[in-house]
Amino acid sequence: MQVAVIKYNAGNVQSVLYALERLGVDAVLTDDFDTIQKADKVIFPGQGEASTAMRYLKEKKLDRLIPQLRQPFFGVCLGQQLLCEYSEENDTTCLGVFPVKVKRFIPESHEEFKVPHVGWNNLLDLKHPLLNGLDETAFVYYVHSFFCELSDFTIAKTHYIHDFAALMHRDNFYAMQAHPEKSGKVGERILENFLRIGS
Amino acid sequence: MLTKRIIPCLDIKDGRTVKGVNFVQLRDAGDPVELAKVYSDEGADELVFLDITATVDKRKTLTDLVTKVAKAINIPFTVGGGISTVEDVKVLLGAGADKISINSAAVKNPQIINEMALEFGSQCVVVAIDTRNVDGIDFVHTHGGRKPTLLRTQAWAKEVADRGAGEILLTSMDNDGTKSGFANEITAEISAALSIPVIASGGAGNMSHFKDVFTFGKADAALAASIFHFKEIPIPDLKAYLAKEGISMRIQ
Repeated sequence: MQVAVIKYNAGNVQSVLYALERLGVDAVLTDDFDTIQKADKVIFPGQGEASTAMRYLKEKKLDRLIPQLRQPFFGVCLGQQLLCEYSEENDTTCLGVFPVKVKRFIPESHEEFKVPHVGWNNLLDLKHPLLNGLDETAFVYYVHSFFCELSDFTIAKTHYIHDFAALMHRDNFYAMQAHPEKSGKVGERILENFLRIGS
Repeated sequence: MLTKRIIPCLDIKDGRTVKGVNFVQLRDAGDPVELAKVYSDEGADELVFLDITATVDKRKTLTDLVTKVAKAINIPFTVGGGISTVEDVKVLLGAGADKISINSAAVKNPQIINEMALEFGSQCVVVAIDTRNVDGIDFVHTHGGRKPTLLRTQAWAKEVADRGAGEILLTSMDNDGTKSGFANEITAEISAALSIPVIASGGAGNMSHFKDVFTFGKADAALAASIFHFKEIPIPDLKAYLAKEGISMRIQ
């Protein structure tokens, strides 16, 4: 199985590669159009800022490629947000796979709720085979200031200030706000479940 | 529900874990990769890795060690010690670190916080602040707490947050190594004044100290070293105790 991890100018993807290595998966880090198109599975990781990341994807013409891919595709963190249609982060038009808006957390008081949302929080209302083996005691690691709104595509929520879309699914596209590569055994399970899709 | 974080700190010298008592005497506390794995398996929420000799030693040893640790564990992982340039950060993130922590370099050149936040995102920039109370006033100290500065701790904390730091690691030099509890007062003051998370460090001696720093100290995370390395407080016991005391914890 060939797993492509999309390389772009968004934060550290090394930990994603190490996580796949621990699962015995040989992944290739690439921004090459053909390699991504031919891969059996694609992981779209990321940390960073939406408009800068979108600019890079456009330069590589990946903004056209990604929405048309048919293999299982997993967007993580900024990768989840970029799969949405619009992000409030620097007023950015995103890839539009999910008809969902990305908004900024606005706490009523920062004594109670800090932004960014940093740390371990649990999944709620889990409803998809991607989350097999997990329940509401499953904690995942978050670092983000923007969140995806709830929609019909939400397959698990997390509560911080209010509920937001922790994981989403539409056709061959999967997305997760937290970092599976940094979420201990829970994250490992989600990655394993994703890698098992279709096999 | 967002949980409070328990963070073991691995102080590294010459590739080995050590913990200074008041940062001067050092004791060997084991192999960092092995310790990192044990902590990750035991339920540590994150790891911090401080290279206390990084300013003088060769960086390569640290980079190799970071890679080994990052390959072995699946929890977030911060590296600090002797980091002063954007290039230093690039190398460590490339080796597998999730966040970097800067201290003296930020005091010397505060603009570096903005540059690092812009280049890599605030989420991976932790600013470590070593504070000591001198005649009733809190001052920032650098160089492992040895060198006083004229910066007031509270004002500096606000400045680093404004410049784009993602988290603050606040170490009380008065409490560090004493096992008498965290510096709850200043931790609470800074945590309440800022919108970014504050990691409290210095002074952990027993389990109730952690409860205090999460309640009175308003800390988002608590960091300790020797009590974990020498197994005085096992992490699973600590987390079970805190959960029972009503502190939100990630229990595996």
